[in-house]
Amino acid sequence: MPAIRLLAGAFFVVAAWAQTAPDFERDVQPLFRKRCSGCHGAAQQLSGLRLDDREAALKGGYSGAVIKPGDSAGSAMVRRLLAEKGLVAMPLGTKRLAPEEIAIVRGWIDAGAKWPDSLAKPKATARRNMHWSFQKLQRPQPPAVSNTQWVRNPIDNFVLARLDKEGIAPSPEAGRATLLRRVTLDLTGLPPSSDEMRAFLNDPRPDAYERAVDRLLASPHYAERWARSWLDAARYADSDGYEKDWTRPFAWRYRQWVIEAFNRDMPFDEFTRLQLAGDLVPHANAETRVATGFHRMTLTNREGGVDSEQFKFEATLDRAVTTGSVWLGLTVGCAQCHDHKFDPISQKDAYQLFAFFDNLAEVDADAPMPGEMGPYLARHGEYRAQREALLKQYDVAALMAAWEKEMLHTSSHPGERTDWDLAWDCLLKLTEGGDGERVMRMPAGKRSERDWDVLTDHFIRNYHFAVGTKKWKELKLDELDQKLRELHAAYPQLTQAMTVAELDAPRQVHLRVRGDYKTNGIPVEPGTPAFLAPLNVNGRRATRLDLANWLTSEDNPLTARVTVNRIWQEYFGAGIVKTAEDFGTQGDAPTHPALLDYLASEFRSNGWHWKPIHRMIVTSATYRQSSHTRKDLEEKDPNNHLLARQTRLRLPAESVRDAALFASGLIDLRVGGPSVKPPQPKGVSELSYGFGWGGKWVDADGPDRYRRGLYIHFQRTTPYPLLVNFDAPKSNVTACRRLRSNTPLQALNLLNDPVFLEAAEALGWRIAREEGGFDARLSRAYLATLGRTPTGNETTRLHAYFDRQKTIFDSEPASMKALHASSVDQAAWTGLSSVLLNLDEFITRE
Amino acid sequence: MNENQFRAIRTRRDFFSRCAGGVGTAALFDLLARDGYAANLEAPDPLAPRAPHFAPKAKNVIFLFMEGAPSQMDLFDPKPALQKWHGKPLPPSLTKDLKLAFIKPTASVLASPRVFAPQGQCGMELSDLLPNLSKVADDICLVRSVRSDAFNHHPGQLLLFTGHTQLGRPTMGSWVTYGLGSESRNLPGFVVLTSGKGTSGGSDNFSSGFMPTTYSGTVFRGAGDPILYLSNPDGISPATQRARLDAVRDLNTQRAEATGDVEIASRIHSYELAYRMQSAAPELLDFSKESPATLAMYGMDKPAAKPYATNCLLARRLVERGVRFVMLMHASWDHHSNINKGIVTQCQATEQPAAALIQDLKQRGLLDTTLVVWGSEFGRTPMSEIRRPEEADNAGRDHHPEGFSLWMAGGGIKGGQVIGKTDELGLTVTEDPIHIHDLQATFLHLLGFDHKRLTYRFMGRDFRLTDIHGELVPKLMA
Repeated sequence: MPAIRLLAGAFFVVAAWAQTAPDFERDVQPLFRKRCSGCHGAAQQLSGLRLDDREAALKGGYSGAVIKPGDSAGSAMVRRLLAEKGLVAMPLGTKRLAPEEIAIVRGWIDAGAKWPDSLAKPKATARRNMHWSFQKLQRPQPPAVSNTQWVRNPIDNFVLARLDKEGIAPSPEAGRATLLRRVTLDLTGLPPSSDEMRAFLNDPRPDAYERAVDRLLASPHYAERWARSWLDAARYADSDGYEKDWTRPFAWRYRQWVIEAFNRDMPFDEFTRLQLAGDLVPHANAETRVATGFHRMTLTNREGGVDSEQFKFEATLDRAVTTGSVWLGLTVGCAQCHDHKFDPISQKDAYQLFAFFDNLAEVDADAPMPGEMGPYLARHGEYRAQREALLKQYDVAALMAAWEKEMLHTSSHPGERTDWDLAWDCLLKLTEGGDGERVMRMPAGKRSERDWDVLTDHFIRNYHFAVGTKKWKELKLDELDQKLRELHAAYPQLTQAMTVAELDAPRQVHLRVRGDYKTNGIPVEPGTPAFLAPLNVNGRRATRLDLANWLTSEDNPLTARVTVNRIWQEYFGAGIVKTAEDFGTQGDAPTHPALLDYLASEFRSNGWHWKPIHRMIVTSATYRQSSHTRKDLEEKDPNNHLLARQTRLRLPAESVRDAALFASGLIDLRVGGPSVKPPQPKGVSELSYGFGWGGKWVDADGPDRYRRGLYIHFQRTTPYPLLVNFDAPKSNVTACRRLRSNTPLQALNLLNDPVFLEAAEALGWRIAREEGGFDARLSRAYLATLGRTPTGNETTRLHAYFDRQKTIFDSEPASMKALHASSVDQAAWTGLSSVLLNLDEFITRE
Repeated sequence: MNENQFRAIRTRRDFFSRCAGGVGTAALFDLLARDGYAANLEAPDPLAPRAPHFAPKAKNVIFLFMEGAPSQMDLFDPKPALQKWHGKPLPPSLTKDLKLAFIKPTASVLASPRVFAPQGQCGMELSDLLPNLSKVADDICLVRSVRSDAFNHHPGQLLLFTGHTQLGRPTMGSWVTYGLGSESRNLPGFVVLTSGKGTSGGSDNFSSGFMPTTYSGTVFRGAGDPILYLSNPDGISPATQRARLDAVRDLNTQRAEATGDVEIASRIHSYELAYRMQSAAPELLDFSKESPATLAMYGMDKPAAKPYATNCLLARRLVERGVRFVMLMHASWDHHSNINKGIVTQCQATEQPAAALIQDLKQRGLLDTTLVVWGSEFGRTPMSEIRRPEEADNAGRDHHPEGFSLWMAGGGIKGGQVIGKTDELGLTVTEDPIHIHDLQATFLHLLGFDHKRLTYRFMGRDFRLTDIHGELVPKLMA
């Protein structure tokens, strides 16, 4: 009832105003100022709408005009003021306008929305954004400090100056053994070998540590370890994600590229350029295209019946969001639906970034590994001839031509035949190695050999959707499919890569109202956020290459800051900015802003090379401090923000396993290559039904079982359990930092996962064969696992354990046998090794 | 609330009581106390029980997830009007706004062959496929007007459990254990039980998303170890295992003394909990003390029902032991073809155990504090899906997110009522539309949370289970 009365009241007022239209200056502008301009004024223009400027106001916001002069009922502004169903009511989050006030606005619009020239332009101008991370990058001078003796390089000036201010002294340097284990794990993800440790401890040269650092930086395992961090950001996985979760057999080719880039210490500007635009660089080749795999790591939804447009939109958006997080430290995703609430990223900014990626074709391409090309070329002609003969034998050309005709008819006449509808949907979702629809719509003469293969293979494998399995089998297409697969396997083939390329004709990109992919708003062009330095392209359409160059240009302060911060966090457990993915106003403030800027400018001025930054950090006195807690710090700096000590850090998931395999001698240290599937318990991959489509998890045999963790096949819906248990990212979205949890499932994993027991057996076997008594052998076991010698208390405790073990195994010959031990002694050493591999210290970098 | 707030100052006594880690742990704290560390030892147990925003009605949740979308008009929502349309297409005016996955709006209607009758005091109409559920009709609240935005399985399941159709967010069980912790000291706080084939969502349905993995669901497996790596490997006897754990604990304690790192205390705690899980899980799985009547009630004697009966009984036993959130995933009801046969099979597998769970919880006084939800990511169309014209007898139904059914019981839910209506063809909701987000808001409310205030910060934003949506549905609550 009250609603109706109100409406009637409003009506009455409107009627009254109809005779004397409201005056803009006297009646309307004060209302706009008081109730609207907080969000739609000079300071901010949420949803692109600005009501203090005539031209802007009449133009409207992202979803179009809001004022239709002469038609208040049809004006979006009025419909929102009236809180019409299905629209977001305005003003948002505060009390509504009174009916009389709405009537004023309506009366003014109905009378033609007259806005005098004298009031057309506002006086105020937009504020400049003063947030620290958006300011130009300066190179600060290292400050003076109390104790210059402690300082090893400028990092220490910044850290010590801050500690001086608080009256805190830094911690002493960690012991040499701790230091070498720390820096080896940090730089390579592996612990030092016993030999490396011995050599280091016996190296009397004053620069022994620096020499060790240089040796590690030159190691290919450095590249593996830092590639893995980058792969987190790239949301690397070996499968599509979502329901079907098809395996991506060649995702690893991109990983290979990343490892090689780190190995060569590729400058970060080039690294950026190739990953964002390796298809557009002047010297583009197969290898630079492989780099564009970065943006092929998005999810693919092949579920029958999904709207492909929606998932293409989401993948494109993810590319913009990921680029925003990884390079700019900006939460662009917040602006998918509306202007960012806290940061100056407008919704338009987000879609301008989106526009760089909306013109992509996903292209699978030949990306041969060294040595592949010769054998391939030598036998390719023969392979093609055999393939063509087979296709001819089964009369594929004629069948396929008819099928194509029917399919195209179906696409324009949906609903006529359910079977063909399904077949069409399957073409959209299930084509392997290419875009089935694109090829089918291409004139036959324009198709490449690869296009033909993609479509032909799809036809042979999926024709049953259209004509039924019975008919398909009568035509023996199942048999042909099998023969073609065998033929393919019998000849040398080239490694493939997932890459991106530009579509021929650029599409007009639109902002999407409320982030809904179906609702187009204003048109937008590729562009960078308005509050950062402009992207100068002289009026032509900006490309991904322009974006990449802009990201690493002098004028953009964010990329260098964000990148060195991500490097830093790997060494101290947290970044100088803790929220590594968010440098906006909602992110944490830097603990050492000048240090961050110093490192960022170092990074840039040394040609964007990573290794000098690593070297500078790990040789600093700050890094070399002991990680032991201190009573005085517990109160003054419990979270170690000021870095008066190092921090003990649990190893990343992959390293937990790598370290055990390494210490036991089982590890296979081959670098690169396809992903591997080490044994995992039955039932893990059966949890989803993705594997029915992509190739089952078949436990690797031989050395592949012991490859490093970064090569373990990552199936998105059912990842390898250890990776999940130890906080490896789920790889659905970009991850700029890892969490570190501490759970009972981790304990069970380390205690009972056969791979860790196998490592204990191998280590136990080795130790049991060593010379000497218990103490000498224990020292060897300690050196192999913890890189140090045991303390007296530890020796006593482990001796007691060892004796207890022997008693147990004396009475349990079956257990001894199960541990593959040939003596009670060996079994007891296996048990002892297992204790060492389960220690907190073993899975921690101190 | 965020991770740091978990690290809220606790008294030492409080900490000790939670760290029931045995002599070794106590010794550690004694040691650290002497060194002056213990005052700062707030080794956080992220699963320690916590109070919600206000007094809760429910303490635990059992979610009976029926993967694949069961047909509401064959089970819960009688549509006699479909008889006269059977075999004929609906007029385009009725179907123009439907989102369909596989079929086109012109598909012919498939009437239900099922017989519906009023049940219980409340007279709720249920299908003849639900004879056991009919006996507890007065305990359940049947909703016939649920709506979802997604019409494909994986996004639909993500919306149901994480509040969003895209991957990456924490699931309902994670939110609940993040908010409330767990009462159980020797079992995980969020347990997942599976039956049937794998689900579309896989582990995404119980993933903690951007929250720490502490809040992920732990799968109790049907074969092999109930929990991954739970049992000792060959060669590690119970005696060896204990000796191994004692040695690990003592050495960890020595290291904690040397470094003063509280994370080591957490590690010791985790190992002790792991050990307790090793003994608690077999006890949990041991049904020998359940009465024959109880076992028969669940249908343990029927081969078709046994897997699900086992999971339902386990769910009760888990809740009895303080586990916060139990999720049963049963796949699959995705009857694109042969629905009239397939749905009978699924009912035979699940109907009796689910009804027995209600009865059993009730007779043990657990139903009042346990919220039981039976539901899926969406429902099915009144139109038929006929994949091959020559196989019209094997018709199925397509996905239908615009109005489907779900039931709830216990934990503050008002039983014996039917909420919501769909139109006579079952195409759209005509009364009390309830979105997935509204259900999530209501579930959280029953657990004592304002869904707008239970947040977790990630990528600069405070995320919620209900995203930016969700309205409480008071009608559902007692």
